[in-house]
Amino acid sequence: MEFIVISLLNGITYGLLLFMLSSGLTLIFSMMGILNFAHASFYMLGAYFAYQISTLVGFWPGLLVAPLLVGAVGAAIECYGLRRAHRFGHVAELLFTFGLAFVVEEVVHLIWGKVAVDYRIPAELDGTLFTLFDTSFPIYKGFMMLISVGMLVALYALLTRTRIGLIIQAALTKPDMVEALGHNVPRIFMLVFGGGTALAGLAGVIGGNAFVTEPGMAAAVGSIVFVIVVVGGLGSLGGAFVASLLIGCIQTFSVGLTISITDVFALIGVQLPEGSQVARLTITQMAPVLPYLLMVAILIFRPRGLMGARES
Amino acid sequence: MNAAILSRGRLAVWCSCLALAFALPLVLKSGFVISLLCQIGIMAVFSLSYNMLLGQTGLLSFGHAVYYGLGAFATIHLLNAIGKGGGPFTTALLPFAGGLAGLAAGLLLGYVTTRKAGTTFAMITLGIGEMVAACSLMFPGIFGGEGGVSGNRVVGKETFLGFSWGPQVEMYGLIVLWAFACTVAMFALTQTPLGRMANAVRDNPERAEFVGYDTERVRFLMVVLSGFFAGIAGGLSALSYEIVTAETLNAHTSGIVLLIAFVGGIGFFYGPIIGAILVTVMQIVIGGMTHAWLLYFGLFFLFMVLMAPGGIASLIAVQRALWQAGLLGRMLPHYAATTLPVLILLAGLIGLVELSYALLTGDGSEGPSKVMSMQLELKTPAPWLTALAVTGIGITLTRWIGGRMRHEWNATLSTLHGDRS
Repeated sequence: MEFIVISLLNGITYGLLLFMLSSGLTLIFSMMGILNFAHASFYMLGAYFAYQISTLVGFWPGLLVAPLLVGAVGAAIECYGLRRAHRFGHVAELLFTFGLAFVVEEVVHLIWGKVAVDYRIPAELDGTLFTLFDTSFPIYKGFMMLISVGMLVALYALLTRTRIGLIIQAALTKPDMVEALGHNVPRIFMLVFGGGTALAGLAGVIGGNAFVTEPGMAAAVGSIVFVIVVVGGLGSLGGAFVASLLIGCIQTFSVGLTISITDVFALIGVQLPEGSQVARLTITQMAPVLPYLLMVAILIFRPRGLMGARES
Repeated sequence: MNAAILSRGRLAVWCSCLALAFALPLVLKSGFVISLLCQIGIMAVFSLSYNMLLGQTGLLSFGHAVYYGLGAFATIHLLNAIGKGGGPFTTALLPFAGGLAGLAAGLLLGYVTTRKAGTTFAMITLGIGEMVAACSLMFPGIFGGEGGVSGNRVVGKETFLGFSWGPQVEMYGLIVLWAFACTVAMFALTQTPLGRMANAVRDNPERAEFVGYDTERVRFLMVVLSGFFAGIAGGLSALSYEIVTAETLNAHTSGIVLLIAFVGGIGFFYGPIIGAILVTVMQIVIGGMTHAWLLYFGLFFLFMVLMAPGGIASLIAVQRALWQAGLLGRMLPHYAATTLPVLILLAGLIGLVELSYALLTGDGSEGPSKVMSMQLELKTPAPWLTALAVTGIGITLTRWIGGRMRHEWNATLSTLHGDRS
């Protein structure tokens, strides 16, 4: 019971963080048709910017400034790079973001070095929020949840309750018509790209010190975010939300389970032959593979994803 | 265009390429060059197999290293399993086993990946690639964990036609033979109905469906065949390096092969070969000179995506068309005039990057540091200002002269296309 509740809380925290990444990716994808390969790189930039700001003026200014900086970088890249690549088609765009991820990682190597930097949780958030069955739940995890949920509500309100949100939604489906009505669609695209990358940056600011800030963090989380977008269904924000929580929970539950495959099969009454390497694997060892297995299963049984509306 | 695969002109090109490949180690005898050539041969086959997907079928794959890596692991395990029982002749045939492993992986994974084309395919291959890479760390018995699996390609005491494959030169000969056979086979494939249908599926899947072809099936067949050739490339790498690590099937290898094929030119059959030569030479030569080579390479790639999305092969093709139309003479002075400012700009930029690299990775001591074989005081403004000034001059000159070149370029291109119509 204790294990389940604590893992569930951790899973939801992690899942909400993942959703901050995947929501930006989904928004950018459904709006511009661009699969932003460098999305996790903006997450990493957010963490590094926040680290740099925290060494100069402290954590709290960084919480605001770092995502804005990342968003500005994203908007500039959209304006000067991606828009140019757009003329050569979708493959060129995808390759551009792929190359960008490559360059961002190298630039991070260049500026901050190849080892992890000491980006810490601020002292006022260091401590125990509450204790549940002898296991303490840190304040910082609660803070991460608060920020993510607040962000979600703000995003939802922005998209459905404001004028700019309406225009964005309209530009999603009928960009030509919106342009004909006198709206500057390229600028909306730039705003959406900047906003999506700023969300990723914010995730980096609050995720970088909860986990570890190192040059490999983009690659580590990048492919998981792609799995989420596929599992949830391309272009579906709701699907991305469900898939983020699902994957977050799968990952936190699986690292805590030390039962082996043989035990799992024994539960349903099947006795596996002893000694094979597969049978001796524990769920913990399988943890890195589980999200991808889920993705393959979804692709076979429900190709459009959990809540995807379209096939491709 | 002549439909025969071996028309007289093509036969001449193929034969001269093969002769050149065999003649190179006779001229360049150093061990460094031979290993470089070996790597070029392996990467050429690997990137050609990749281009069967990206260039010919329009499938952008981010997990091609899976087939390469599985082929390499199959080959090295078979090599170790045969052990004393085999001989040089069996060793020479082992890359084929690697190819079969790649083919089998293609059959299995292609079923999942090829249900969709386009962006979905790209994402799924990325996920599958990550999955296989993660699996490889779960089974250290098969994939050797962190250290990898090593073997010895010299088996038994006897030789096959005087070859034991022990010296790297003999291995190079084997790689050339395999690479040549694979290249001919892949080229022949482009001329078959399947190869043509792959192009149709790339250009207009709806229409291909309408004519009665199953696009999913065409994509599947291309993935399987390309997995076969990637597996052969992996097998060759296993024999050449005598060690296979889990890195051969991870995302980094998949990324490199994509970069190679794209930089070379995905629209041309020979493009990936150019890419393999260029990238391997860059990797080894520039990689030996500076730690920042990956940054330069990434920037070069971004530059190619934005400026020449057809790759180097397309640039060559345009020059050839200009030459045939007798217009190349008009452009040559402009090319020559642009070279100098671009070189100045590059020198300035490289100077800036190297200076920051030296400052940030250095030990922080006060004395002069060695940057680009010069002793420079990093804490003083002089080297920084020089680099900045050179960059500024480079940008101004490039904009000025490059603008004139672009003007002339557009005029020449319109003459070229005007002549055609």
